[in-house]
Amino acid sequence: MDQSSISKLPKGWKSVPSDLGSDQTAFKGVQWGKAMMWIFLLSDTFIFSCFLISYMKGRASTVVEWPNPSEVFALDFMGVPVPLLLIAIMTFVLITSSGTMALAVKYGYEKNRKMCGWFILFTALGGLTFVGMQAFEWSKLIHEGVRPWENPFGAGQFGSYFFMITGFHGTHVSIGVIFLFIFARKVFRGDFDTGKRGYFTTMKSDYVAIEILGLYWHFVDLVWVFIFAFFYLW
Amino acid sequence: MSDEYEHKLEAKSDIVSDASSVGTPGIDSVPEAEIPDQELYHSHSWWTTYVFSQDAKYIGVQYALTAVGTGLLGLVLSWLMRIQLAWPGLGWLEPAAYYQFVTMHGMIMVIYLLTALFLGGFGNLLIPLMCGSRDMAFPYVNMLSYWAFVVAVIVLLASFFVPGGPTGAGWTLYPPQAITSGTPGSNMGIILMLVSLILFVAGFTMGGLNYIITVLQLRARGMTLMRMPLTIWGIFTATVLALLAFPALLVGCLMMTLDSMLGTSFFMPAMVSLGEKLSYDGGSPILFQHLFWFFGHPEVYIVALPAFGIVSDLLSVHARKNIFGYRMMVWAIVGIGALSFFVWAHHMYVSGMNPWFGFFFATTTLIIAVPTALKVYNWILTLWNGNIQLSLPMLFSLAFIVTFLNGGLTGLFLGNVTVDVPLSDTYFVVAHFHMVMGIAPILVVFGAIYHWYPLITGRLLNETLGKIHFWITFVGSYAIYFPMHYQGFVGVPRRYFEIYESPYIETSTLLLNQFITIAALIVGAAQLVFLYNLITSARLGKKAEKNPWKACSLEWQTPQMPPEHGNWGKETPKVYRWAYDFSVPGAKEDYIPQNVPPSEVMGAKVEKT
Repeated sequence: MDQSSISKLPKGWKSVPSDLGSDQTAFKGVQWGKAMMWIFLLSDTFIFSCFLISYMKGRASTVVEWPNPSEVFALDFMGVPVPLLLIAIMTFVLITSSGTMALAVKYGYEKNRKMCGWFILFTALGGLTFVGMQAFEWSKLIHEGVRPWENPFGAGQFGSYFFMITGFHGTHVSIGVIFLFIFARKVFRGDFDTGKRGYFTTMKSDYVAIEILGLYWHFVDLVWVFIFAFFYLW
Repeated sequence: MSDEYEHKLEAKSDIVSDASSVGTPGIDSVPEAEIPDQELYHSHSWWTTYVFSQDAKYIGVQYALTAVGTGLLGLVLSWLMRIQLAWPGLGWLEPAAYYQFVTMHGMIMVIYLLTALFLGGFGNLLIPLMCGSRDMAFPYVNMLSYWAFVVAVIVLLASFFVPGGPTGAGWTLYPPQAITSGTPGSNMGIILMLVSLILFVAGFTMGGLNYIITVLQLRARGMTLMRMPLTIWGIFTATVLALLAFPALLVGCLMMTLDSMLGTSFFMPAMVSLGEKLSYDGGSPILFQHLFWFFGHPEVYIVALPAFGIVSDLLSVHARKNIFGYRMMVWAIVGIGALSFFVWAHHMYVSGMNPWFGFFFATTTLIIAVPTALKVYNWILTLWNGNIQLSLPMLFSLAFIVTFLNGGLTGLFLGNVTVDVPLSDTYFVVAHFHMVMGIAPILVVFGAIYHWYPLITGRLLNETLGKIHFWITFVGSYAIYFPMHYQGFVGVPRRYFEIYESPYIETSTLLLNQFITIAALIVGAAQLVFLYNLITSARLGKKAEKNPWKACSLEWQTPQMPPEHGNWGKETPKVYRWAYDFSVPGAKEDYIPQNVPPSEVMGAKVEKT
């Protein structure tokens, strides 16, 4: 576009709808799958927001007192109960896996097949560790008598919301881990270099898929930060 | 973006960029292709062609047929309820059956008929064709979306055959009664309903992402957002609404499933049932109402916005006039969509809330009347001085305008807290929402089917049968719903399974109930005429010429009609104008299709778009 036609374009706020509404694509140069993932994540954000807002409402209106999180979630370490110990490690692992995912995306675009594959594998292992520790936490709480419908520490809704929301998030992580393993295999096999066609969709593989998976993975981590804040710090 | 993607793009643009260099340079130029031509999935077997089809047009028809089939069940249920209401002495229905039919009728009509038909049916059929693309962005996901919908319908219908029958909680499924004994279907029925809804949301999300990406990223060269037909704007905005509103429904359903199956108390307060204290304690029933209506109100517009869009196009084509105030129409659709997320609690005025909240939600509700009224005025101004063809789509569109106006005006009554409180839970409410989101969108559906039937089958529907269908449906629905307004004013409560003469019920109500029922039976029967027309015309109908309505939008400009796989043959169309260049001064024909370059219509004084 030459200088004179650029100067004719709308300025300020008016430029936003005019850019978005321009010819053919609203988001220039953005691959379809990537745009789809962003919009899916927006929808998923609404799901988690509904969960967390329901939790706030539920917690605010129970008739029985809410259990004290720093006692319930404490872990005995050499005979001393340390609050939030396990959860701190879990959070650290998950956030770290976000970092390895970002590196995997970088190596993917650099067509560094080996490094990309390994970092995807690291990410998957981080996710698996997280899910494993969550299973440990669940079994510890269940062992102490916490159930979805009741618990010995206070309001029954504590167990209901805790298991439902961490369970829903854990399902997200598990799905992510499954896809990470599949993608690790695809990368090592070289699918993204050769543009091998997908088994189900019959569409060509492309390294952008790793970034799309990365978006999902970062989102799952971000949601965890909110769950962490609302359940363990409140 | 990957390097390979960039590379493909460059290679592609070499081929297409020379189009504007021949003939008069400049005047016919369209921006170069930003994306490579879409790679299509080609089916190889009978299964992948006719059952697990990945062609959006075909999926659209599949969606529509499934939705209409389910809707027919909803229609039959309404007959059964009406017979019970008119002649309670017959003992036609058990109370439980009546409530089950109320619930299933409501849920089927709102979700499984209208939402699926407008977005799944018309969305899949029209979005790729009207935007000038070859298919949806993700055909495989699109196919999964349809089959998830089928599974959702099967689970829903399965609830008729489980012990206790389907749920009878009313379509709003309010806890605690929905999952407490005494309500029909409080065990298996409600669980199947909730599971079915969760499946529907999952399936819809897959389809919805497709619709959005196709509209945003897959348009033909020259197709800016402000050149899209309003049909696409309506479907697109409704899809955005659905993707943001369905999460609340999903969460509510999930929590109620846990309440029912695991014994959690998300929505369940401490209560006594059959003389025994239940194990529930400390939950909040109001929370479910908020979740439900945060979905439920946008749902009204998920149904209404596609209808708004489609009716705008039908009016414009059949009045041979450009749509009045196109840009305002677009902003009205987007504005209504945005506002619809701030009004949900007007469904809960009698549930109890802080008066200031009532004030807030009444205000936002009434503000929605502004863009809505703007649309109604624009439809009327589109007709003004138009060359109105009283074809079937036009008749249905005109009927829509008055019906929607009627239903919208009663909405203003109900939006005010002080007026709503006495009218709440009476037949006035029933009349209001049937007019505004039952009859009005269904009239558009009929108009749209008469309009786009040739695009699917290559044949026209029978005009005489269509006229019979139209007049009975139009006049009949007023015969059904006008008396209900009156019944509501005299205080007849809704959701009562028998209404006898008593000091609290006027005698006139009883007569009116019989009158309404007879009208409902006749209107229902008229739909059989329509079905007969649909089925026979597919083979025996008059062959339609190409572009039978002389419309400008792209779906009629395909090389073949009905369009083949891939829609556009060798090259996707280039778009030079909006979809409303009708009766342009100086043009030879009274319409200029969107893909006609300016050099072919030199003298025409077209709108600049």
